[in-house]
Amino acid sequence: MDTPMAQVRPSRADVLGATSALGVALPFLALLVIGVAFPLFGGGYWGVIATRACVYWVLVSGLNLVVGFAGQIAIGWVALLTLGAYTTSVLVAGNVTPELSPYLALAIAAVVGAVFGLIVGLPALRLRTFYFAITTLGFATIVTQVALAWQSVTGGGVGVAGPIFPKPFDSQWGFYYFCFGLAAICTWMTANIAASRFGRALTAIRDAEVAAEACGIAKPALLALVFLFSGAVAAIAGGLFASLQSYITPDAFTLDLSVLFFIAILIGGRSSILGPLLGTILLTVLPEFAAPLVAWSTFLYAVLLLVIVLAMPGGIAELLDFKNRRPLESGRAIVPRPELLGRLLAAPAGAGALTLEQVALAFGGVHAIDGLDLEIRSGQIHGLIGPNGSGKTTTLNVISGYYAQQSGTVRLNGTALPVLERHRRAHMRIARTFQTPRIVGSASVLQNVMIGGTIDGQGTFVESLLSLPRHRRDEAMLRDTAMLALAAVGLERLAPVRADRLQHSELRFTEIARALMLRPVFLLLDEPAAGLSAEEIRRLGALVVAIARAGTGVLLVEHHADLIFDICHHVTVLNLGKNLAAGTPAEIRSHREVVNAYLGG
Amino acid sequence: MVQSIVLSGVAIGCIYALIGITYNVMFSASRVFSFTAGTLGMLGGVLGSLFIARLGLPVAVGFLLALAGGVILGIVTEIVAVRPVLKSLDQHLYVLSTLALALMVQQFTAIEWGTEARPFPRLFDFARGGFDQQFWLPMLACAAVIVGLELLYRHTLIGRAFLAIAEDTYAARALGLPERSLRMASYAIAGAIGALAGFAGGEMLLAFFGNGPMLTFYGFVPVALGGMGNNRGAVVAGLLLGLFQQTANFLVGGIFASVAVFTVFIIVLLARPEGLAGAAVQRRV
Repeated sequence: MDTPMAQVRPSRADVLGATSALGVALPFLALLVIGVAFPLFGGGYWGVIATRACVYWVLVSGLNLVVGFAGQIAIGWVALLTLGAYTTSVLVAGNVTPELSPYLALAIAAVVGAVFGLIVGLPALRLRTFYFAITTLGFATIVTQVALAWQSVTGGGVGVAGPIFPKPFDSQWGFYYFCFGLAAICTWMTANIAASRFGRALTAIRDAEVAAEACGIAKPALLALVFLFSGAVAAIAGGLFASLQSYITPDAFTLDLSVLFFIAILIGGRSSILGPLLGTILLTVLPEFAAPLVAWSTFLYAVLLLVIVLAMPGGIAELLDFKNRRPLESGRAIVPRPELLGRLLAAPAGAGALTLEQVALAFGGVHAIDGLDLEIRSGQIHGLIGPNGSGKTTTLNVISGYYAQQSGTVRLNGTALPVLERHRRAHMRIARTFQTPRIVGSASVLQNVMIGGTIDGQGTFVESLLSLPRHRRDEAMLRDTAMLALAAVGLERLAPVRADRLQHSELRFTEIARALMLRPVFLLLDEPAAGLSAEEIRRLGALVVAIARAGTGVLLVEHHADLIFDICHHVTVLNLGKNLAAGTPAEIRSHREVVNAYLGG
Repeated sequence: MVQSIVLSGVAIGCIYALIGITYNVMFSASRVFSFTAGTLGMLGGVLGSLFIARLGLPVAVGFLLALAGGVILGIVTEIVAVRPVLKSLDQHLYVLSTLALALMVQQFTAIEWGTEARPFPRLFDFARGGFDQQFWLPMLACAAVIVGLELLYRHTLIGRAFLAIAEDTYAARALGLPERSLRMASYAIAGAIGALAGFAGGEMLLAFFGNGPMLTFYGFVPVALGGMGNNRGAVVAGLLLGLFQQTANFLVGGIFASVAVFTVFIIVLLARPEGLAGAAVQRRV
């Protein structure tokens, strides 16, 4: 008998994992070597350019989490650079306080930047994308106006001298190494975040916000952390920028710079660290090679932005992603291994029930559900069928908190579930899938499944930033659990593949694997068999039966009557939002009204 | 003093309201907010100054050419930045594509027109007391646009077609309305309104390339507060914004006036994301 772990991790995936880990680190190591050795062959002016690239990257690395990972369109981030530059310079110059040491001033600037990063970010926590874009733009306009008008502090249009860092960072190369060191640290920290449950959660917020909520990811809290971090590093970059410029005026902080930062990320590609890093270097260096074009550089960046948006949304990162160009084997079958579920689900304690009491919800004059009673018991499969528009999915959306019922209660083991508050459902171990699979297409299948276990990590954001032991334990645990879940649904061979390359049926099973990561007490499946072949439906049925046998209560919304009657313990038939019939499959099959209304005689 | 605050507040408020209406007209036709709204305002001022002051064309000709410039940019926005991304799954792409276009126009202006703020020509020679043309021109423009749009939407067939598209694009298309032509026409109208805002406000704002982002922001405030696609809300909120800004300008000075506007904007949006006049929409899952 072979050991379960060896079964779960086929050697091929292991080999792939090892090579890709090295492959991921290699370009960064190369850049590190080039950066350290740069003073050996760079001339004086190139030293300034290289330092500038490092300073820009300190800002862009943080902005990348906002734009590239969380997908929030922050176009005015230059405002935080301005803020950091002035805070550092003014504190060091002693315009308002006693003269401070540059390091202390830089630290204070970071705190100020973090606070303002959060303030500017606030609208993103609640509002549509465009609002956030506009807010950052407005903030950028206003910060420049204030810098210009607040003469007693900022020196107005005359400006203020930038800070000079003490030995050994006062020489050109000394300052370069200072900036390079900070840039390297920022790279390392953001790469840690990218490879953590927080990074995956950010991409889920970007590409599949509804699924992120169902996985228990609290968008406001997570985005607030990212804005704090991003604001802090942007302000630090500002302090460095002021020192590099040696003298700053409001003119130095045009919107052009914002555009450069923003486009560096989009050229680089979303959910990538290397891409935006290369993009930043490229955009910093490019104007130096094409001196006559300097005046037109922002115009060309804008053209580039349009071209990227229309023609190449994946950016550099996608161009460099050779691994995912290899064709996938065709005719691959999903072969679930339900015997693994026992270990994955680890039998939730005691029997419970999810009950709906007289739940009603109307959209305008349409009664989507109208006084519905339902009881789903743990360890059982409860089928919910009915014609289109009978309220099946609405019921599921009320249970999982997407719709607020107008009357009635949903209870879990007797306790009423709070209305809405969808991300808290995951903490109660209620998981769900969606009618149209909600997947992060640019992430691997494994990463998608790991998103499902986000709330089970113990480490904090800061621990992940610094890759402390708890973060590494979380990652190992999530990876192992996700591989187990993938093996259970029969997709472990596809673990390293980009999710948007999968077939529809494979996406459905991926969603089930993601839901299983929660070790759900109750699992809500929204038409999981839609679009599956007969053979796949049979395997899905066996998988769902095994999930219930492991102790999970399943609510199955389905149109395939055969599947419902084969595997359900209990079936409820809805019609026009009302309970038309309820009972065992055998009772329903012979129920006269049901046969007339729905199944057909 | 109160008189001058009210006059300048209402005048600048009218400009913001017009940019807000520019946003709304584009939004109604396509569900897209375009970054070119403020750019159109900037262009109206620059083109007016170019044609009338620099090239010495008659006022009426310069005015029509400035509007034509706005119409062209409106149509270009639709073709280049809106149509290609409407079908895309990623619904946020329009933010980037319209931003790119706005930046291109702004940079082009900066290079060809210069980065200095230049004066806008005086169009009429008479002035009555403090009620100068720089105040009554924006008000007149705003009133004309409101009346014009009202007549168009309520009393013409094509106007009703615009409303139908705004209400339910799919149903309108199913009824055989030429959705694409109507969208182009909407963008052309929006372009003219945006350019008109900049032209009428030229004397207050000057012919300055940097007005683009400023108007893009201040013009969106009435849209956000008045409710998306709601022109009456935009006018009311625009006037309030103008008065608030000018009052704050007088009371606490220029620096903190803009800070105050920004703060109020964020607080109101956080408290009422659907705007002061809008209604919450339930999201579909």
